Amino acid sequence: MTDIQAGLPASGIVPETAEERVSYLRAGHSLRSWLLTTDHKRIAILYLIAITAFFFIGGAAAALIRLDLLTPQGDLLSNEGYNRAFTIHGVIMVWFFLIPSIPTTFGNFLIPLMIGARDLAFPRLNLLSWYIYVLGGLVTIYVLVTGGVDTGWTFYTPLSSMFANGHVVAAAAAVFIVGFSSILTGLNFIVTVHTLRAPGMGWGRLPLFVWSHYATSLVLVLATPVLAVTLALMAAERLFGIGIFDPALGGDPLLYQHLFWFYSHPAVYIMILPAMGVVSELVAAAAHKPVFGYWFVAFSSLAIAVIGFLVWGHHMFVAGQSMYASAVFSFLSIAVAVPSAIKVYNWTATLYKGHISLEPPFLFAMSFIGLFVIGGLTGLMLALLAVDVHVHDTTFVIAHFHYIMVGGTVSAFFGALHYWWPKFTGRTYSRIWGRLSAIFIFLGFNLTFFPQFLLGYLGMPRRYHVYDPAFQVLHVLSTAGASLLGVAYVLPFAYLLYSLRHGAPAGPNPWPATGLEWTVPSPPPKHNFDRIPVVTEAPYAYPVERRGDDG
Amino acid sequence: MAERLKLREPFADPAHQAAADRMGMFVFLGTEVMLFGGILAVALADRIRHPEAMIAASSRLDLWLGGINTAVLLTSSLAMAIAVAAMHQDRPRVALGALSATVALGLAFLGLKALEYGQDYADGLMPALAPPAEPTDPAQALFLNLYLAATALHAVHLTIGIGLVLWLASRIARRPEEQAMTTELTGLYWHFVDIVWVFLYPVLYLVR
Repeated sequence: MTDIQAGLPASGIVPETAEERVSYLRAGHSLRSWLLTTDHKRIAILYLIAITAFFFIGGAAAALIRLDLLTPQGDLLSNEGYNRAFTIHGVIMVWFFLIPSIPTTFGNFLIPLMIGARDLAFPRLNLLSWYIYVLGGLVTIYVLVTGGVDTGWTFYTPLSSMFANGHVVAAAAAVFIVGFSSILTGLNFIVTVHTLRAPGMGWGRLPLFVWSHYATSLVLVLATPVLAVTLALMAAERLFGIGIFDPALGGDPLLYQHLFWFYSHPAVYIMILPAMGVVSELVAAAAHKPVFGYWFVAFSSLAIAVIGFLVWGHHMFVAGQSMYASAVFSFLSIAVAVPSAIKVYNWTATLYKGHISLEPPFLFAMSFIGLFVIGGLTGLMLALLAVDVHVHDTTFVIAHFHYIMVGGTVSAFFGALHYWWPKFTGRTYSRIWGRLSAIFIFLGFNLTFFPQFLLGYLGMPRRYHVYDPAFQVLHVLSTAGASLLGVAYVLPFAYLLYSLRHGAPAGPNPWPATGLEWTVPSPPPKHNFDRIPVVTEAPYAYPVERRGDDG
Repeated sequence: MAERLKLREPFADPAHQAAADRMGMFVFLGTEVMLFGGILAVALADRIRHPEAMIAASSRLDLWLGGINTAVLLTSSLAMAIAVAAMHQDRPRVALGALSATVALGLAFLGLKALEYGQDYADGLMPALAPPAEPTDPAQALFLNLYLAATALHAVHLTIGIGLVLWLASRIARRPEEQAMTTELTGLYWHFVDIVWVFLYPVLYLVR
């Protein structure tokens, strides 16, 4: 890339290319043309901007938490302030970053391109879902500015319905609203995949990214409404005392947990399934080989979506549910590891004997696989009834789900960002900085969260900020890791924005990879395809290497 | 069947777009099933925990008003079905008449429901809004609150449905040739709200 830049004007600004002049980015320059757009690619950019803002707000709350935990006395925040910090961190990261992250940006941008369509089935509904997201986000910011909420992101009753002092109802309203944005996105994807596949694009030729988004969408449309009604009942309980979750009135606080986790455990799969789809694409492109066991990877997404609906009780092993129910939930939670493991094995088998490229996106994919395996195996420990009693509500659980959600989903999000950025913008970024940020994110992440496994196993409870001084060394390590992680997350922000004006033109297929999205110019024109393509071959049709071709 | 609708991006073929629209509405109704499913799950849990209190509280509701309302709503669905069929046969005047009947019956349902709420309020069957003069058994109050939450959620859906039908009627009046598909989709929603009541009525009124 340095060769290309050597011949450029001194300012380093690369002039607009011919592809860019006719791209979706230049189809209308006014703010109005963006805010009223129905182009799935522009809506993806709108989402990217919005969720990045929330990622940094949620990250700021995490920074407060980690700084406060530097000392055993919790010198920085009051007890109340600490509760509010981790609650807003959870609410924002779960509902305003992780759940929408990959589907609304990369799913929105890529699904029509990957299946050979000009847009999603309901373009105006797509725009509406962005506005609903923004409305939910504004309510969250209102909650944040007026003092926050202190129940934890789970809004457990009776704390939320009877005792908490914060803006519980407003926070629940924000989550309720943003849920409809998720539902509409899921609905749009399902109908699009069913009805808008290009001629020849059979179900067996869908990229695995599309399969995983299809599975995610099923969970989105079936689980999210249950959360909506649960939060509505919780809010009615708080406002009118209707008693459904109040034991004094004959209600049942555990019922809230059942209903909440009936949504919120599948929600974990809403977060991880799109990431798995991204990694399938990245691994195939990195190895330059077809994905090993295409149908197994495709159907493991559906299996995760289905079994994921049947495991919610593993959050309630110590909450007093029947031990027979716990045993069944434990078994099913172990069972859901099978399709996840199939994916990991198949990615590994895909890499086997590939000429593996270590460009930035693929480093993120490798770090996903490693971190997801650790997160998944510790998840198996938590699914075991006896072990769970020991580590329940400790930072062991925190470390486990951060390995899945941050180590997994956020790594995949950054991998996707680095892989498809040239397609989104038409420009390439600095590969060196890209590799460095992948490595720093991996190191910073492990340094932040591995100590929390140890802390939790030793007995450090979650949601406490005053702790035994014996734990301080590990807490300091974790905070040091978080600082590195924070810097590493800001890095891509800088060099990706820099690439918008200074990056070299990417060309249609910079990696070079298979897939319809790489057959159109970068950035794509407004209507994606001049003529709807006809698909004649299987996905990932990379050239097969024969024995003796070894380079 | 020729699809009478307004073609829009990204579709090039009316039948194709009609299939996508229909599927989109069915997926949406699937999410609505899960929404009301949460309410029914709560009703089931309460029923298992407090069977006698649930029966006692259910017996205090007005079976007749609920029954009449069921008949009113089922008839409104008949009118809606007539409107859909009329639009597919390109008879917008018949459709407008049927839609007027649909709205009238929907409003009648809401009116009767309001009457019933007033009666419930006076009889102390709304403990969440007005604590009754003589204390109610907590578990009975629980049922009555759930009755209020469930029927109110249904009434909200019905109100949205009435709004949709009015909007649809204004579109048919202006541009009748393109509205057959919109009518069919609105009809699906209307029938769904009706079916929700068909489940709520036995769960709340009849299981006593």
